Amino acid sequence: MTAFYGVELPTAFMLGTAQYPSPAILGAAFRESAASVATVSVRREAAGAQAGEGFWRLIRDLGVHVLPNTAGCYSPGEAITTAKMARELFETDWIKLEVIGHSDSLQPDPFGLVEAAASLCRDGFKVFPYTTEDLVLADRLLDAGCEVLMPWGAPIGTGLGLVNPYGLRSLRAQYPDVPMVIDAGLGLPSQAAQAMEMGFDALLLNTAVAKAGDPVAMAVAFAKAIEAGKLARNADPMEPRDMAAPSTPLIGKAFLQ
Amino acid sequence: MKISINGVAKDITSTNLAAVLHEAGYGDARVATAVNGHFVPVGQRASCPIEAGDQLEIVAPRQGG
Repeated sequence: MTAFYGVELPTAFMLGTAQYPSPAILGAAFRESAASVATVSVRREAAGAQAGEGFWRLIRDLGVHVLPNTAGCYSPGEAITTAKMARELFETDWIKLEVIGHSDSLQPDPFGLVEAAASLCRDGFKVFPYTTEDLVLADRLLDAGCEVLMPWGAPIGTGLGLVNPYGLRSLRAQYPDVPMVIDAGLGLPSQAAQAMEMGFDALLLNTAVAKAGDPVAMAVAFAKAIEAGKLARNADPMEPRDMAAPSTPLIGKAFLQ
Repeated sequence: MKISINGVAKDITSTNLAAVLHEAGYGDARVATAVNGHFVPVGQRASCPIEAGDQLEIVAPRQGG
């Protein structure tokens, strides 16, 4: 299993905690799928609400690694302050760094992302940057101190799958030793299997599970697909070819008129 | 004096962040804080002065993707 900042996860499944029909269903999705990382966020708290404490207890009781995010941040400064608040609240140096640059596609702002990543890495954070398949951006993020990359499969919440397989294959091939997580855009377990077959180390998703008619069943389906894709990758798949090749031996075939 | 807490104007009398949190009703809540966009760790709240016009952000753990 690939290590993420020195941590070997029991499964390659990272799951978000938002948009579930109920906390009970959220908990069941994690337990049944054996997802090993939960992404979380920080949001404004009303005086006397204690909502944060209740959610924190729920997540803590799952017994998984916690990966706070900086979702919704559009500037490096905003993301850095959010990361620091998250580190204190969740007691972890891990941060899923999002610096959004485009409100319709939620595409990362590459310039702000690198700036924030460099600052946070200097400050001791273990940064998981939400990025694209761009090779130059990957290079800059690694130079900034990131030891993990999280390229998108498709824009957040779309469920479109891997919209740029060529770009993702290139990224994987260019940095074979960098742990990489496909983050966002997956809608179906078959897409998860495809990503793992391409050699990615883990998957992070939320909407595809939380918004399914049966989130627990869908979480299990993704878990099985991720495992299948990983097994297939390790089994060294055959090379595709254009011309047919019979699988049944021709030698010994009866000669019949 | 008037300050902003999570985007809402409030009248408070306390002059440091720890006291403001208590006065505003947060008590021992599991929250993190920023003043005028800058993170203030738990251990520095009592020594963090609050002045009229300051903008406080008070956040807690929430669901995220």
